Amino acid sequence: MDVVELSRLQFALTALYHFLFVPLTLGLSVLLAIMESVYVMTGREIWRTMTKFWGLLFGINFAMGVATGITMEFQFGTNWAYYSQYVGDIFGSLLAIEGLMAFFLEATFIGLFFFGWNRMSKTGHLAVTWLVALGSNFSALWILVANAWMQNPIGAKFNIDTLRMELTSFYEVFFNPVAQAKFVHTVSAGYVTGAIFVLAVSSYYLLRKRNVDFARRSFTVAASFGLASALSVVVLGDESGYTASEDQNMKLAAIEAMWDTESAPADFTAFGIPDRETRETNYAIRIPWLLGIIATRSFDTPVPGINELVDRAKARIISGMTAYDALSKLRANRNDEDARRAFEEHRADLGYALLLKRYTAKVTDATDEQIAKAANDTVPDVGVLFWAFRFMAGFGFYFIALFVTAFYFASRRRFQNAMLLRFALYSLPFPWLAAELGWIVAEHGRQPWTIDGVLPTFLSVSSISAGQVMFSLVGFVLFYSTLAVVDVYLLGKYIRLGPDGVAKLREKPAGPSGGPAGPGIQLKMATPGGGPKPQPPQQPPRPQPPKPPSKPSGAS
Amino acid sequence: MEKVMFLDYETLRVLWWAILGILLIGFAIMDGFDLGVAAILPLVAVRDLERRVVLETIEPVWEGNQVWLILGAGAAFAAWPLLYAVAFSGFYIAMFLALAALILRPVGFGFRNKIENPAWREAWDWALVAAGIIPAFVFGVAFGNLLRGVPFRFDESLRIVYEGGFFDLFSAFTILCGILSVSMFVMHGAVYLCLKTDGVIQKKAVQIAAIASVVTVILFAAGAFFILFGIDGYVVTGGVDPNGPSNPLLKTVERLPQAWLGNFAGAAWEYHKEATSGNILGNVWELVFPVFGSLSAIAAPHLARYTRGRLGMIASSIGLTGIIGTAGLAMFPFLMPSSLDPNSSLTVWDASSSQLTLFIMLIATAIFMPLILVYTSFVFRVMRGKVTLQHVKDHESVY
Repeated sequence: MDVVELSRLQFALTALYHFLFVPLTLGLSVLLAIMESVYVMTGREIWRTMTKFWGLLFGINFAMGVATGITMEFQFGTNWAYYSQYVGDIFGSLLAIEGLMAFFLEATFIGLFFFGWNRMSKTGHLAVTWLVALGSNFSALWILVANAWMQNPIGAKFNIDTLRMELTSFYEVFFNPVAQAKFVHTVSAGYVTGAIFVLAVSSYYLLRKRNVDFARRSFTVAASFGLASALSVVVLGDESGYTASEDQNMKLAAIEAMWDTESAPADFTAFGIPDRETRETNYAIRIPWLLGIIATRSFDTPVPGINELVDRAKARIISGMTAYDALSKLRANRNDEDARRAFEEHRADLGYALLLKRYTAKVTDATDEQIAKAANDTVPDVGVLFWAFRFMAGFGFYFIALFVTAFYFASRRRFQNAMLLRFALYSLPFPWLAAELGWIVAEHGRQPWTIDGVLPTFLSVSSISAGQVMFSLVGFVLFYSTLAVVDVYLLGKYIRLGPDGVAKLREKPAGPSGGPAGPGIQLKMATPGGGPKPQPPQQPPRPQPPKPPSKPSGAS
Repeated sequence: MEKVMFLDYETLRVLWWAILGILLIGFAIMDGFDLGVAAILPLVAVRDLERRVVLETIEPVWEGNQVWLILGAGAAFAAWPLLYAVAFSGFYIAMFLALAALILRPVGFGFRNKIENPAWREAWDWALVAAGIIPAFVFGVAFGNLLRGVPFRFDESLRIVYEGGFFDLFSAFTILCGILSVSMFVMHGAVYLCLKTDGVIQKKAVQIAAIASVVTVILFAAGAFFILFGIDGYVVTGGVDPNGPSNPLLKTVERLPQAWLGNFAGAAWEYHKEATSGNILGNVWELVFPVFGSLSAIAAPHLARYTRGRLGMIASSIGLTGIIGTAGLAMFPFLMPSSLDPNSSLTVWDASSSQLTLFIMLIATAIFMPLILVYTSFVFRVMRGKVTLQHVKDHESVY
């Protein structure tokens, strides 16, 4: 593989890995703030225990989120240096503002969240928790504004003196319609992830009849919060932004495997096997009108198909060649007025000419065949997009159904339905799958561009060797796999331990610090079968006879 | 839009040069003690309980402190995209190592105390030591390479060409810079421990701080010796317009012995002024940085010992500011000189973002930086006081 493919693989792996932790941080941070708010309002200890226990799991996840996030910020520079210098003027400033406004807030107060319980008033600590949640969400906002600019690069212009894109309107960049759709959609998806996490773990306790008071309350909070979020994630789906630009149109057409433009409103293909060679979708099952209505929010706007979009791309490549030619002339002679006029007229298509660089170094001498090839390159991976989108959307509807049911049972205070609890427990991996699929749709669907219509991916890489990227890629895979094992192990351990188990740990005096280690924490302190009856976690410390003899040696 | 901006391009560039410097110094002061404390963990604390005391001095605050680095990189990306692109891709393997070490930190802090198994904790302790030393060393080496010149150039379409591998980053001078960087962070971390701990740990910390401060000043002086007789500096000889477009191929640069002294000695001042016409810095008063830097670094451990730490921290911070400031000022207006093709060097006048971006980012910084300082001081206030063995025993908890 060459530098481009290796760098893409590394970026895809590290970004998808990073996004295993981000949605849970987004969702849990808000859930923690809600739980602690209830604690401060009612003064009931159990809500404090809930905040602390879910906070413990949040902390394990948060560490991974931060750690893997640093990689993302470094990676633009290390692997995508040309991208960084070409659009740093816009993209870099959004990342910097994210740091200034959001990440600083979140990272500064996370320490107080864990270490400030005994140092602050109740309301003071609650404010800290809300600030952490606010910081996480602001962070998502700026990152998604930056990402949306890659999908729909408005408010910027190519500068012929510096040979890069430069900001023309910060307002346009911030209020990018794609950014708004993305923000709502992605943050809601994070809330769904947090809610399913709490719902699944609570169901686990309820199934084992442990920590019942704790689990019932957590279940109820998760069901209500999750229902609202799941509705928002589907209804305010990302698709509304897809009509905003040419590339987004192509993405939409690819998602729907819609080769030809249909008369409005277009059909929605529920099932099919897209074939890139013949440009047909086999075995298609179609639902009349649905796509046109979803995509354009109207009955009479046609949705362009892939073939039409390729023809448009061809035209833009030819126009881009004029711009490219004019740019070369302008750089040789700044006073060439004809060239300046030609450039101004065709500047919007300059990026399309760059697609030709894959086939010819000179660009302006491209043959018809090369132009056709380059135009064809603008079609993303239809099969992957088609199916990734359908699975993601399917999960979305499943989450709504799950939360509706959970909410119904929770509001009737019926927490014994083993069937529902099992469904909730086994649903644990689904929000992650849905989120990863969503990013595959969004970013794989953006190909062949890093910046839609402006900069092709294959030009964006650093001038580094494949060996260097191979080195870091292998390093990442090994390092990240180890961390994943440790992370899952720790989460599993503390989930199994539960708030009851953790409460018992706290009674234990600091023992083994001096001499040789004692038995350490007994992982299996809570017996698999569970106690005979639910015990509230805030129970005063006292010896518990029915438990197996797993007390640490130092206990008095 | 130009009407809204009340600052010219030149001023904005100088301001952003200063802000980048402030962020780097902010990182050194704020996260420097976290790195230093982690680096000397096994030296000041042996038993698990002691180590937890040491770690708990930084656990509540390191996360926020690290953002100074993230923001420093973000500001480089936003305000100096060419610098960000060349530095991160050029130092590829070194950056990857620093990154791996930085990743170990959050997980180390997050996971270490979660399992009470001596081997587990020992392993994470060493991970934290590595996470303290490696980034400090890499950043020092990187800075050394900036002073020495970096083997890159631009082709006519402004694509970077970098000719040099990982091992080319290391020379006597850059290794010296790396060790200097580690030793000054160790000094800073040890002084911080004087402030935050008592008893045996504090006593050991005072000793380490005293040694590290002497080492720091000696290495700093040795670095100055290199600048005088060992490595060449760079001088802009023409073609620069401080208000011109950010295209680094429009000027000419020469590589000269002792050129880095130009900004300090004032001897090259007149020549400089003519050559660049926009050089508003470069005077004898800048000797403040190296002189005060060294004096404060020497004084820091003694102040830490006699005045219970707070003055020591201030002195140590001034020491770091002096050392980093000296290097930054010596290079002005260079951000990254090129040893391969000096004319490709990145300077304050031709490697920045657009005027509009610099202006908007300045507004954002003016709004958020004071807020950051306010809430950071608030957090330090809440967490003030010493961490003692008793305290750690009393708060036995996984939460």
